[in-house]
Amino acid sequence: MRLKTRVSAYILAVALISSSGALAQQKAEVLHWWTSAGESASVRVFADQFTKAGGTWVDNAIAGGANARTAGINRMVGGNPPTMMQFNTGKQFDELVSNDLVRDVDQQAQAGKWRQVMPKPIVDATVREGKFYAVPVNIHGQNWMFYNTKIFADAGLEPPKTFPELVASGEKLKAKGIIPIALGGQPNWEHNLFRAVVVGHGGADMFRQLYGTRKPDVVKSPKFKETVELFGKMRGLVDPGSPGRNWNDATALVITNKAAMHFNGDWAKGEFIAAGQTAGKEYGCTVVGQEPKLVIGGDVFVFPATTDKTALATQDKLIQVLLDPTTQVEFNKKKGSIPVRMDVDVSSMDTCAQKSHSILQDPANQVESMEILSPPNFSGAMQDAVTQYWNNPNMSADSFIEKIVNAMRDAA
Amino acid sequence: MDTISIRAPSVPSSGAKVRRSVRTRLPAAFALLPTALVVLVVYIGCMLWTVRLSFTSSTLLPKLDWFGFTQYTRLFANDRFVTSAENIVIFGALFISGCLIIGFLLAVFIEQNVRGEGLFRTVFLYPYAMSFVVTGVAWQWFLNPGLGLQKLVRDMGFESFTFDWLVNQRMAIYTIVIAGLWHGSGLTMAIMLAGLRGIDKDLWKAAKIDGIPTWRVYTSVVLPLLRPMVVTATVLLATGVVKLYDLVVAMTLGGPGIATEVPAKFVMDHLFERNNIGLGTAAATIMLITVVSVLAPWVYTRYVRPQGRHA
Repeated sequence: MRLKTRVSAYILAVALISSSGALAQQKAEVLHWWTSAGESASVRVFADQFTKAGGTWVDNAIAGGANARTAGINRMVGGNPPTMMQFNTGKQFDELVSNDLVRDVDQQAQAGKWRQVMPKPIVDATVREGKFYAVPVNIHGQNWMFYNTKIFADAGLEPPKTFPELVASGEKLKAKGIIPIALGGQPNWEHNLFRAVVVGHGGADMFRQLYGTRKPDVVKSPKFKETVELFGKMRGLVDPGSPGRNWNDATALVITNKAAMHFNGDWAKGEFIAAGQTAGKEYGCTVVGQEPKLVIGGDVFVFPATTDKTALATQDKLIQVLLDPTTQVEFNKKKGSIPVRMDVDVSSMDTCAQKSHSILQDPANQVESMEILSPPNFSGAMQDAVTQYWNNPNMSADSFIEKIVNAMRDAA
Repeated sequence: MDTISIRAPSVPSSGAKVRRSVRTRLPAAFALLPTALVVLVVYIGCMLWTVRLSFTSSTLLPKLDWFGFTQYTRLFANDRFVTSAENIVIFGALFISGCLIIGFLLAVFIEQNVRGEGLFRTVFLYPYAMSFVVTGVAWQWFLNPGLGLQKLVRDMGFESFTFDWLVNQRMAIYTIVIAGLWHGSGLTMAIMLAGLRGIDKDLWKAAKIDGIPTWRVYTSVVLPLLRPMVVTATVLLATGVVKLYDLVVAMTLGGPGIATEVPAKFVMDHLFERNNIGLGTAAATIMLITVVSVLAPWVYTRYVRPQGRHA
């Protein structure tokens, strides 16, 4: 008994010494997949602010989201987690929460009033069983349409406001020898375009039912079939070189005046900026649809569960740094997204970011992204269905709808 | 000369021999123990684990419930998996036979003691030194209708020239075959050439005296003698077929649509991107069963039956 006490006292002493020693140099290993030029510049903002706050930032960037997540999850399961790890806003970390592998940060959330300052879809996507389990850091709009202002001016056309208008102007542009829509013909970008059409033409509720509740009734409605057929008509508006193209090559077609329109998330802005173009001058950005609904997602950081006091203090400091208003604006300028806090001043950001911020001021315009609504096995099955329909002009809207019904059944 | 079968050591006939063989074999067995353990635990263990997981409803993390054959039912109702299976058959047949034919012809060409043999050998073997990713990207550019071959020929004045296989649903898988052939033929050539060089020169002299035409010597005498080389090359190429993944990812990403999907990509996507371990492992199990059922008759005829005869 006495031995036991002595041993535990000894352990306590060692723990105290080592923890106070480590407290002086709070070391945070951060696992993320921000490896492109613009992305690493943006993560540097966090790193610099954390260093300024007295910590040591150990950058662990792994190229490719899937690779990074696999590596991080394996380390958490194996008991050697990083201090903080990136995920996309949504379901990617669900099972980590249910297996108690990540820390709940609700105390910080209540102190920082996150529920009041962040859009509800983002809050809902991060809260599990009433508690915050991740820290959202930005908002990406996924259904932006970038357009070449010169091409539209030369053709005497206005940028389309709705999808039927878009198909009509697209045909006119095609007759002039211009590529109406620049598309990166890889399954995920084809799917991204489809989602823009669903939310823009079918509406926010249809989008939520399709990707969220996933009841077959929604896809059997006439409105959905109309939407699918409209999407089918857009097949004729891309150039033959589209299949297999990378998204940045598609953006480049708009930059070089070869193509008129390009659907992408706001991360595509980085390409325009790198080419020396300014939002509102050479290119414009708009959301197509009767009312502009913005599909929003973004990135979050999770904090692997730990009992180590030093690690906990380091994590607390990281949370403060991530959501600091100045850091938020600077980070998001580089990242192309907008601050996750709706209460910060965005007047120093570009017009697209300001437009994004003002659209999101009305909660009715906030639509949660597929990553938030669907488990990956359903979105994957949808992607397979969309890419088959898009690439096979003979496939009917009905057989596409049937594939969606099957995907809903199997992902249940 | 015509078989390379690995025969089990002959059955010992007396007690003294057994003792001696145990003494000599013990260190060998000891040295092989780590490898044997790795094979048993890592390969066989993971294989069994995969098969077990295919009968569960696992998604992101493995879960050991019992889900019956549901994942398999889903798998065979999945267009993408069915297309993948068809594609791997098309690719496998064309890639293996194509590499063997082209490799053999290249080897015969070099065997004629052409000038600059070293150069040709290097040129033909060079593609094999490239990774599949580099091969895929290079061929993607070359075959892209807006950038590569089609544009080149059109710019030379042939306006109606069309070669759009890469973006054509029905033909895209053949562009993968073309890139694969470019990559794999050189290795087959090297193996065949080694075989050709090993053929007794007297055979050629004898054939010449008998007045047999050269092509006939190649088909009726040389080819049968090259059987071990053909078998080696086929085995090497077949492993390339089963693991076909990076070439597709680099070249088409499975597209246009799902036209160039392959089973390995199906497994990878479902395991690591779609949080669908159940379906992914079911597909992996089907791949395993297919490979085993293709190999089993071959192993039986080559290794099991001959020994039975000798005994």
